[in-house]
Amino acid sequence: MKTTNVPQQANPVLEGHRKVVYALDDDGHYRIVASAGWEAEELTTSAAVEHFDALAARALERAASNNGSALEFHMYQRRMDVPTLAQTTGIWRWRVRRHLRVPVDKLPARLRQRYADALGLNADELARLQAVEPVRG
Amino acid sequence: MSFGLGEALAFAYLPLLKVNEMPLISYRMPPRTIIKKLRRKLDLPFRFETFRSATQGEERLDQLLESGRPVGVQTSVFFLPYFPVNMRFHFNGHNLIVYGKDRGDYLVSDPVFETATRCAPRDLTRARFARGMLAPKGMLYFLDGDAKHVETAPLLRPAIRGTCRTMLQPLLPFIGTRGIRLLARRVGALAHRSDQNEVRRTIGHIVRMQEEIGTGGAGFRYLYAAFLQEAAEKLGDERLRLHSLDLTAIGDAWREFALDAARMSKGRQPLQPELLAQRLSDLSQREATFFRALKKDL
Repeated sequence: MKTTNVPQQANPVLEGHRKVVYALDDDGHYRIVASAGWEAEELTTSAAVEHFDALAARALERAASNNGSALEFHMYQRRMDVPTLAQTTGIWRWRVRRHLRVPVDKLPARLRQRYADALGLNADELARLQAVEPVRG
Repeated sequence: MSFGLGEALAFAYLPLLKVNEMPLISYRMPPRTIIKKLRRKLDLPFRFETFRSATQGEERLDQLLESGRPVGVQTSVFFLPYFPVNMRFHFNGHNLIVYGKDRGDYLVSDPVFETATRCAPRDLTRARFARGMLAPKGMLYFLDGDAKHVETAPLLRPAIRGTCRTMLQPLLPFIGTRGIRLLARRVGALAHRSDQNEVRRTIGHIVRMQEEIGTGGAGFRYLYAAFLQEAAEKLGDERLRLHSLDLTAIGDAWREFALDAARMSKGRQPLQPELLAQRLSDLSQREATFFRALKKDL
């Protein structure tokens, strides 16, 4: 790739940051070029984000109709799935799956705290069906 | 230069190691392996440490910073507040450098971003002790003493030979050009899957591993081509310069593959896994030919 062909398609995912790409200049020397974004990256990252958003939306619906748990909603909200949440909390997968089927306030306080810690929430936030933004710098 | 000397370029497709239900695909060696290679070759006094408790890990980092050493740390991406929200996933293999502490914040140089940034100790410690796949366990590394001056020229050819060996290894089906071929076959098999969303997600995942996490473009292929060019100049070897151009062309083909794959995964282009499989299979062929020719010219 030539330095002049390095994509500069402002990628909203990057929030104004630029990334390093290696490319050849006119003399055929490799140079470092800052790229504002590339279609391929933007499409795939946003698709991955949407995947979890969709799962969270469905979990929210289920929990709102008392058919699921706020824990499931927050899990997807934090871009985790059952294996990831199980690894992060150190709780067996089958137990996590069971915990996803009961309302959060039915779980013992210690378990609730463990889930809350893993998700970066406090115990109250975990029980509520409301998205909590992750910490921002 | 370090990337090449550390024999960092590779390909690995590990379907049994899952991250968010997706197979692990990597275009380079694990960072720790790369640094260890460099440590041996350049005689660098690098030290690695991991910790049982987060408090210990944080204290040790502070202590090293106070002694004026920059420190490399492995972290999760999800817990770093300076990362754009939509780039934050539970990927534990991220590496960054902490080079000081100022008014309670760590001063951070992150390879993904252009400028240095700051991070609160609470957040960095959390990211260093994230659990799950490839859990960093607070891993940090630093230079314990001064680096000696080492002449790199005689190290270049053996390092390139090492990378050729990895890419052409005949034993494991997951590694090197054989790994690319295996991935090609798996992508081809997606054509028979009924769950189109799952197919789209898998294809998108390949592109993300190739382009998203600071690979310098084309899954480190451009970066390695830049190294070959540097090596050609250092050794005055015209053949290496031509090989560098060949690898650049292969990198361009990886980028074309990525663009088609990304458009298919987002539904901007009809979903045709066979087409992507064909491209991957071609790439496997081309890389095999490339590394064989490179090895011969060393």
